[in-house]
Amino acid sequence: MSTLNYVESRLGEADALFSKVIPAGEGWIHKIAAGQTLRITDLEGNQAADTFFFDATDLEERYDAQVTIREQGGIYLTTGTKLKSNRGRTLLTITADTCGRHDTLGGACAAESNMVRYALSKRFMHNCRDTFLLQMVLSGLPLTKRDLAHNINFFMNVPVTPEGGLKFDDGVSEAGKYVEMIAACDVHCLISNCPQLNNPCNAYNPTPIRVSIWEAGA
Amino acid sequence: MNYSEILPGGGMWSMRVPRHRTIQLVTEGAGANISALFFNGANPLDRLNLPDTLKALHTAKLTRGHVLMSDMGLAMASIVEDSLGWHDPLGGRTTADIVKKSFGEGSYQDLRNDFLRNAHDHFLIELAKHGLGLRDVVANVNFFSKVTVDDSGHLEYHAAGCPAGARVTLRSEIDLLLVLSNSPHPMHPGGGYPRIPVRISISHCEAAGADDFCRNFRPECGRAMQLSERLYL
Repeated sequence: MSTLNYVESRLGEADALFSKVIPAGEGWIHKIAAGQTLRITDLEGNQAADTFFFDATDLEERYDAQVTIREQGGIYLTTGTKLKSNRGRTLLTITADTCGRHDTLGGACAAESNMVRYALSKRFMHNCRDTFLLQMVLSGLPLTKRDLAHNINFFMNVPVTPEGGLKFDDGVSEAGKYVEMIAACDVHCLISNCPQLNNPCNAYNPTPIRVSIWEAGA
Repeated sequence: MNYSEILPGGGMWSMRVPRHRTIQLVTEGAGANISALFFNGANPLDRLNLPDTLKALHTAKLTRGHVLMSDMGLAMASIVEDSLGWHDPLGGRTTADIVKKSFGEGSYQDLRNDFLRNAHDHFLIELAKHGLGLRDVVANVNFFSKVTVDDSGHLEYHAAGCPAGARVTLRSEIDLLLVLSNSPHPMHPGGGYPRIPVRISISHCEAAGADDFCRNFRPECGRAMQLSERLYL
């Protein structure tokens, strides 16, 4: 497989059913109905959009990174990738991608992982898992930390070397790059627009993203 | 008291293991795979977080010196000894569908206790014994298996990676609930269902000292151990 299957969308922003800008450090949880298309746009470039999915009719069924990468035989996501659940079902399929590098391995930043990775004093910096937890609680859905697993980082560049090394490189995303996916079933999409300031995943400058949704058949 | 038991091919196992024990796994044949999940025994909401572990260690494989970390930043278990040099954190677990596709039909009705079992069901069964379930099945380690990633991101499973007598030894850094499935790697090319017995041995050991290899492997390992030590203030 190649890293990028460059496909532009035919959907126009003006026709979107829903559109919202998520500033850096903020979160969003929203239902995407079966057949609807979700687009995430990196508005200013080099941002990381930490994203997770739950099956809306059975919240125990959720995005599973290991199933997804194994089933497609590769670690990067691009057009054609099926985002798989922990029961092996397809939750969404990526239908357009102009970035070509989306991370499946790095997960979300957290107060605790910042302490481990950088310094114990980093505990009090804002982080993605705090955003996830707050959004899950505020959603009114019966979701807890227990439901939070290994998320996708759209637009984030985490190459793996053939020798088994893992690197955090500068992003390859630029202003206006986007990724788009169609829901195979009703899903809840959970996003944290990453506030990480300790590594180059956001080019040390977290910036806004936009989420847009189009009706099925649009 | 020390403990030792053979985990047969196709078998599953779970145990609460207190901190400061060595947990040694030794393969009794070539081509073994042990799928493993780790939980904080005192709070199973806190569990192995492979993304956090891999990014803290800057690695996409696991070997000696590495510390398996929980999502609350704790050092859960350190890899203190490893004869192979590569254990897989990427490939995940077999399911009934994968086993059927790779190894064919194999019901209990036909095969009795040689039926073709899978890691997903193993995890669900062992976790249910501890009040846990599907929500607790997170990304797992596959001990004794090797999956590499090329420059384009393509995954490759290395079938001949594990000889007989391969050995990996962990040291528990907190009280653990450990769940193991002796079942094929999900990227196994198929054919005959491998049944490689693996001996599990658990013994008391010393806590990691200031000069411990794993503690000093990277600064991240030392900080995760500090967080674990805070549990026992």
